[in-house]
Amino acid sequence: MSSKEKILAAVRASQPALQPLPDVNDIAAVQFENNVAQFTAVLNSIGGLVVNATHTDAIKEYVKNNFAEGINGITTVAKLNDFPLLSTETEAHLLANIDVAILPAKMGVAENGAVWLTEAEYGIRALPFICQHLIVMLQQHTIVQNMHEAYKKINKEQYGFGVFIAGPSKTADIEQSLVLGAHGPESMTVFILP
Amino acid sequence: MFIVIRLNHSPLTIHHRPLPIHIIMTHNATHPQLATAFNKDEARVGWHDETLWWVRQKRDKAAWALPEWEQLRDTASAIKQNVLSNLHDYLVQFEQQALANGVKVHWAADAKEHNEIVHSILQQHNVTQIVKSKSMLTEECGLNEYLANNKVEVIDTDLGERIVQLANEHPSHIVLPCIHWKKEEIGELFHQHLNTPEGNADPKLLTAAAREHLREKFLTRKIAITGVNFAVAETGEFVVCTNEGNADMGAHLADVHIACMGIEKIIPKREHLGVLLRLLARSATGQPVTTYSSHFQQPNAGQEMHIVLVDNGRSVQLGREDFRNSLKCIRCGACFNTCPVYRRSGGHSYHTAIAGPIGSILAPNLDMKKYADLPFASTLCGSCSNVCPVKIDIHNQLYKWRQVLTEEGHSPKSKTVAMKVMATALAKPGLFKAGGKMMRWVLKYMPWLVNNKMNAWYKQREMPAPPEQSFTEWYKKNRT
Repeated sequence: MSSKEKILAAVRASQPALQPLPDVNDIAAVQFENNVAQFTAVLNSIGGLVVNATHTDAIKEYVKNNFAEGINGITTVAKLNDFPLLSTETEAHLLANIDVAILPAKMGVAENGAVWLTEAEYGIRALPFICQHLIVMLQQHTIVQNMHEAYKKINKEQYGFGVFIAGPSKTADIEQSLVLGAHGPESMTVFILP
Repeated sequence: MFIVIRLNHSPLTIHHRPLPIHIIMTHNATHPQLATAFNKDEARVGWHDETLWWVRQKRDKAAWALPEWEQLRDTASAIKQNVLSNLHDYLVQFEQQALANGVKVHWAADAKEHNEIVHSILQQHNVTQIVKSKSMLTEECGLNEYLANNKVEVIDTDLGERIVQLANEHPSHIVLPCIHWKKEEIGELFHQHLNTPEGNADPKLLTAAAREHLREKFLTRKIAITGVNFAVAETGEFVVCTNEGNADMGAHLADVHIACMGIEKIIPKREHLGVLLRLLARSATGQPVTTYSSHFQQPNAGQEMHIVLVDNGRSVQLGREDFRNSLKCIRCGACFNTCPVYRRSGGHSYHTAIAGPIGSILAPNLDMKKYADLPFASTLCGSCSNVCPVKIDIHNQLYKWRQVLTEEGHSPKSKTVAMKVMATALAKPGLFKAGGKMMRWVLKYMPWLVNNKMNAWYKQREMPAPPEQSFTEWYKKNRT
């Protein structure tokens, strides 16, 4: 008998009578009046920064004003022609030299300030983790109330890899002192665009 | 269960911190003994207690901010009840979906088989150096020690885990692995191992040093191990939650990603992630969500992805009606932070990978004799059950374990003797009355007879002045 058969047989013998599965639609989740305001307040409170912009030009301005000249920036958004376009053929380890990555999010979540990114849009899995600073483009109308709505929207989508990111990489392992930039980006800026 | 690494130096000369768990395990010390050792440094106990209580308060604020909090807990509990009642089918479904996604699936009946499976994957790729993000399962299985004995270097990449690893210790908390360490001690440790300036204990500087040290490992290691927070039967994907991003740095930069999970981590559908992710970080640290909630559905292009499904006693616990609900646990650590015993005795006093109230229910399932002391390491105040995001009746189960362990002859000796004396006295009213009278006299005239080192009840306690008469005596006198 293989371990699989052994485990499955033991589980079948031990499991209790079938219990009903609850309906997640029954959850009466708190409703925010203004998704954008809630998203902004939460992300700003957990170490991220939200910028409301009317045009992608604001990203170019922001990078110019906040980072040294000659920084290594990269994007997967073709229309951001001020930054080099990421080739998905790039070897992931080479991305360790990227200072700023500008990536598109598919959705934002008001209750926790998280953005949802999938590999298909942003190219190379390691990028939002390995870059020193992360800039995310988010369309205002894609911000949902909470995680229940987020998963409804994701629905049955097949993605090799998808991730909710809420703020910069951080740790509080040393005496509960919050430090931004544990292994991943030291900063995360979300541009909310129309 | 852990494979013990013997250190060259004597355990007594290490430092004043609690002894490393592998040393503890060779010494067969019990929770009261280890807690006594931890309590020698009163200032440190106070600091430990306050730090964890602060985390508990952050959890409260996050929970109170959601009017639907109790409904979320009820729903999460019901989801997990359903999982336990249909685990066989969900496991089969999960494997099918994962295989269809191009993931290799392994089944391990126990810790030994888990370790062997992981090692065999390493051997197939001729890899002797790996990175690993947080996985309490691998701690439970003693994977690091097993691989070390097989000449494999494992680098734990979670900052807290790396700190305890450099110090040759095990995590003392499932979410906050080095909560028992002071920053000055970490500064000293990093000065020795990572060349940081002597006497510098700035968390920012120390974290930056660890970042640099670990980045090199992420960029050079070919195999990465991660844990699993949730595995979805419907889609075959699994979700890993971190704040640091270390699981992702390891997994995305390696040629091979091995994810190790207990079979109880399965959830039915993707939509259930919405409920559980809303509860997990809020319960753990008071954050609205962890920085990263990474959904792994298919291997990275050119990468190999493995999932190891581990039983290691879970199917036995599933069959124990009184204790099966402990398998609902999502490892948030809220019960640790709120527990008056954990906060004052430290994680290592539990001498098992998963400490705290939940660990005290899980451990006796694996070895009743070895962990017979743990269900007694509780005041049964119920605070753990009140904060549990999946509504495990933790304190009830601790109480039930005491009865099982006593019936099986494993209860602690000092308690057994005291209980027998008390049972006799309570069964005989005359004896009870005489005993009470005698004790009141002793407490009044010869307090040293009971207030001494022989009597554990007097540790850290002062007794109130004994009453002049018993209630029965008072009642007889005053009833008219």
